[in-house]
Amino acid sequence: MGGLKKLSAGKVIATIILYFIGITMLAPLAWMISTSFKIENEVFNFPIEWIPKTFVGLDNYKVVWGEEYNFGMYYLNSIKITVLSTILQILISALGAYGFTKVRWKWRDKIFLLYLATMMIPPQVMIVSRFVIMTETGLYNTHMGLILMTMFSTYGVFLLRQAMMGISNSLCESARIDGASHWIIFWKIILPLVKPSMATLAILKFVWTWNDYQMPLIFLSKRELFTIQLGMKLFATESGSIYSLMMAAAVSAILPLIIVFLCGQRYIIDGIASGAVKE
Amino acid sequence: MASMATGSGKAAEKQSMKASTKENITGFLFILPGFVGFVIFILIPVAMSLGLSFTEWNFLKGWGAIEFTGLENFIDLFSDDWFKASMINNLVFTAVTVPALLVLGLIMAEIINRHTYGGKGIRAMIFIPYIASIVAVCTVWQVLLQPSYGPINQFLMSLGIENPPRWLVDERWALAAVMIINIWTQVGYYVAVYMAGLKNVPLDLYEAAAIDGANARQQFLYITVPMVSPTTFFLGIMGIISSFKVFDLISVLTQGGPGNATSVMAYYIYRTAFQDFKMGYACALAWALFVVIFIVTMIQWKYQKNFTNE
Repeated sequence: MGGLKKLSAGKVIATIILYFIGITMLAPLAWMISTSFKIENEVFNFPIEWIPKTFVGLDNYKVVWGEEYNFGMYYLNSIKITVLSTILQILISALGAYGFTKVRWKWRDKIFLLYLATMMIPPQVMIVSRFVIMTETGLYNTHMGLILMTMFSTYGVFLLRQAMMGISNSLCESARIDGASHWIIFWKIILPLVKPSMATLAILKFVWTWNDYQMPLIFLSKRELFTIQLGMKLFATESGSIYSLMMAAAVSAILPLIIVFLCGQRYIIDGIASGAVKE
Repeated sequence: MASMATGSGKAAEKQSMKASTKENITGFLFILPGFVGFVIFILIPVAMSLGLSFTEWNFLKGWGAIEFTGLENFIDLFSDDWFKASMINNLVFTAVTVPALLVLGLIMAEIINRHTYGGKGIRAMIFIPYIASIVAVCTVWQVLLQPSYGPINQFLMSLGIENPPRWLVDERWALAAVMIINIWTQVGYYVAVYMAGLKNVPLDLYEAAAIDGANARQQFLYITVPMVSPTTFFLGIMGIISSFKVFDLISVLTQGGPGNATSVMAYYIYRTAFQDFKMGYACALAWALFVVIFIVTMIQWKYQKNFTNE
């Protein structure tokens, strides 16, 4: 047949229903955006005014980003932590994955088994001792401490190891015979081949680190160091009854990720669908 | 035998020994950066935590205050109401949200996959809550669920319901509200994973079934459900494990309250360690959580063979 397929009535109805469900699911976020442009005493008008009656433009955002609440600072902190932790984790995980797949050495499989065994231990088991280690080494309340802690991930090694196992060893061996060192093979042959997996890991790690709440909550207590998530929570506690401002803050916290998602949708959904699990 | 080897053989052997030592060092150097982190942030903390779980220690009083108490922490668990409540809440949370997510996820994935136009757009829409920051979405939900003038209760009242639930501040409804919000954030993830799983189901199965007169519901029950059982198994296990680690949602929405109506394990451990400063007891709680996750993982290892070899 080819060409135009006949529209089926059932399919059209199902499409409409599913889009309706999708829109309903986004309604809380739509309400958030709409409220962030309202004046406070119209926030709870009912029936809901999806389009603000009194549109205040960016006024609420100006307050949130202004000197008193300083969301800009939280943003910078979040960007710094997320970017550094993501880049370092990818690099360290890729190095580790290469060591676990393309070099034959004595303790390799035993150490990897140890990695695997610890993957089922929940992070709650480690938080107390990590806290003690951080305070004892002076890394508590520093961005460096948080970055150091989040840049190591057995999970990242695991994921990239899977990808590298898919690359035939004969490729590396012939490069070895031609005299290339492991270091050269790693950079010139293997890394380019696992780029898609690295992109997936990077974007997922970015999302998870940006959204992470528990780690910064435990390891940062100085306001100047707060990430956007902690800043958002602090803001909600301090000005808990000024809802229009709170929604402007919430939009500010969510927006970067929506943008990342819309740009990297393929990597995020494919990565997640292929079984990537948040730690 | 080395003594019987010829001179050239010896040299070759020596050379290969040298080469393998070099490989040993190179291999270890590649994993070294990660390994250092692994030792400092995983191995040592796990060992320390095990040790601390047999002690009583208020962190604020310094190292000298550590007191070895043997199994006391673990015995105390059984008479600790917060622990019991947290464990029960966690079990309820898991028993409700995981099956609900599996069912909703699979049905939606099937409909999106086979019975709609522009399925990717729908998938992206329902995926957005999963990607959005928990702290921010929880703040939004808190306002939406505000008991007296929040939009949701205003809506319910306009329908004629005089005393709508007070949601997050209502002992009977708080856990339900938290579970609904959790389902809302997670369902997009389940749909995405199921949609990937459905790609592997051969289309001719459906065509053959249709020729035999099977309707959409029968096709779903007798083809889709059994064919995606490996995905269901994976999602189920991961869902159980992650529901025992749920923290952000509770910490931001309810702080375990009202009373201990929504306290869960991860939250109670955090609270014990960083609000009550009972470090030893917090470690014991964490190991109790580990036991649960360990059992689930063992079940996974035992049965995953059944699901991966068709």
